[in-house]
Amino acid sequence: MNPIYGYGQLVYGALGDKLALTETFVIFAPLLLCGVAVALAFTCKFWNIGAEGQLYSGGMIGALFAVYSTSLPSIISIPVMLILAFLGGAAWAAWPAILKVKLKVDEVVTTLLGNWVMTYAVAAVLFGPWKNPVTGWPESPVIADTAKYPILIAGSRFHLGIIVALIVAAAFYVIIRKTKWGFELRGIGGNPTASYASGINVSRQIITAAIVSGGIAGLAGIGQVAGIQFHMTTDLSPGYGYTGVVIAMVGGLTPIGVLLASFLMAVIVQGTQAMHRETGVPWALAETIQGIILLCLLVGIFFTKYRLRRVK
Amino acid sequence: MSLLDATLITGVLAATLRLAMPLIYGTIGETFTERAGILNLGIEGMMLMGASTGFLVGYSSGDLWLGVLAAAITGVMLGLVMGFLTISIGAQQHVAGLGLTIACSGLSFYIYRITIENVGGIPPHVDPFHTIPIPYLSQIPIIGEVLFDQHALAYLGLILVPISAFILFRTRFGLALRAVGENPNAAATAGIDVFKMRYLCLTIAGALSAVGGAWLSLAESGMFLPGLTQGRGWVCIALVVFANWSPIRVLGGAILFGGIDAVQLSLQSVGWNVPYQLFLMLPYVLTIAALIAVSRRARAPAALLSSYKRED
Repeated sequence: MNPIYGYGQLVYGALGDKLALTETFVIFAPLLLCGVAVALAFTCKFWNIGAEGQLYSGGMIGALFAVYSTSLPSIISIPVMLILAFLGGAAWAAWPAILKVKLKVDEVVTTLLGNWVMTYAVAAVLFGPWKNPVTGWPESPVIADTAKYPILIAGSRFHLGIIVALIVAAAFYVIIRKTKWGFELRGIGGNPTASYASGINVSRQIITAAIVSGGIAGLAGIGQVAGIQFHMTTDLSPGYGYTGVVIAMVGGLTPIGVLLASFLMAVIVQGTQAMHRETGVPWALAETIQGIILLCLLVGIFFTKYRLRRVK
Repeated sequence: MSLLDATLITGVLAATLRLAMPLIYGTIGETFTERAGILNLGIEGMMLMGASTGFLVGYSSGDLWLGVLAAAITGVMLGLVMGFLTISIGAQQHVAGLGLTIACSGLSFYIYRITIENVGGIPPHVDPFHTIPIPYLSQIPIIGEVLFDQHALAYLGLILVPISAFILFRTRFGLALRAVGENPNAAATAGIDVFKMRYLCLTIAGALSAVGGAWLSLAESGMFLPGLTQGRGWVCIALVVFANWSPIRVLGGAILFGGIDAVQLSLQSVGWNVPYQLFLMLPYVLTIAALIAVSRRARAPAALLSSYKRED
């Protein structure tokens, strides 16, 4: 098969018409949130690999409210749902941060294992008390209509969550570039000892950063519930939390970089599905490309740090 | 004890060892790399690639051992990739490992799909490894059936444990290896080639993890499915910590974790209505608890996660 035709289908399938483009944005929203979540934590060298678990935690807590909030108007139920989802994700990032700060337990391992604890906890609830009594599917009852994200472009799935994601990305820019807190986080990432010596409460800043990071990942979870699925399910995310790590690194931990990287990844995910339909190329290509982009980037970082120079 | 109980117990014990086997292979490998100072989060990807290439070669050649060999070679190559990223160019270990896993989990299914044209219907499978009963010993009730009527790969895995413990703690090579993980600069001063040592550990780990993956496709199920490992690589990451970086304890931990899985499966099969996800969650929870318990006396190799720069 002609590779140019194949990749042409990828680009066309992601950007080619209105439906494709809105679907790309639907994937872009959780990816952007996870990318920002990871980038914020990585900025102060809190290696949060747990965005996936925090996403599920936020989705679960948010859905718990959204299912039973039938009597509230949207103007109240959506903000409350967002706050609860934020807190749900934040809680799942807080304990690894506290363990790191208080007991020096390595957060790479705890956040990673936390993903699986949360995934199984969600599954236990959805296969147990919340199982759909009629179909037997592991899914919660449908959330209240008033808690569903409004659709912003008629005839598509372009929902409010995409705007939420963009607002969070803008807030990330402001935090990192314009606030004292962001400055301190960058300082901790650059040199924790110097930050400590200059009077910054490093422990507290790391815990705060972890909490905000987890909260943002939680927003990605509730976005999937309130914008797309309309009930809590065990397949909210096909690994968006892990892709968030790729995005944060490819984006160089900068707000603009993360924005562009998450759009690129959304195009790859959405486009590969289209390419699969048109040409039969396996969809697993999307993951392969993502991983290889990250690995190439790591090599690229090395070569920008150490330039080759001809010695005369 | 009635005959039924005996059969049930034998069944659970035999299942325990079968489920522990991929964990033993993967975790022994991971113990080597972490002892040398490298956290290999690529292990999940290595296991998946081993399962995939092992199956493909075993299926098309009809020789399962050729499949095991192919898996080992694939693992060695992936170990070299991980080594190039984390040792030669000093990329962050957890990011490189995660990237490798993401790429491999896509690639493992991609190569399977493009090699085997099969859409719908029964997935192709091989006749998996048969057990080799050891004369006389296999006649012992319960123990004989569990320990001495196993696949050749299981005997190999069991022998691997004491050999690894001996290499790590009783040989000059093992001493050098641990020195590299504790204090690479001092090790280098003492004339140890840190780069070579770490590369060697990663290739060993790659081969072992991939064979652990191939166990799943060639000895256990006889086929390959996307995500066949079901996160066993991450269980290995947990198990290394749980086993305190010691091969002998890896055996105990793998049997414990495998046992939890086996009990869960048999409870499900007799129709016990317990949320089995809570059992699946248990290894991760136990490991996090162990991390907290040992945090007061940090036992992880001191140079874990730090890259080493040659001074020349």
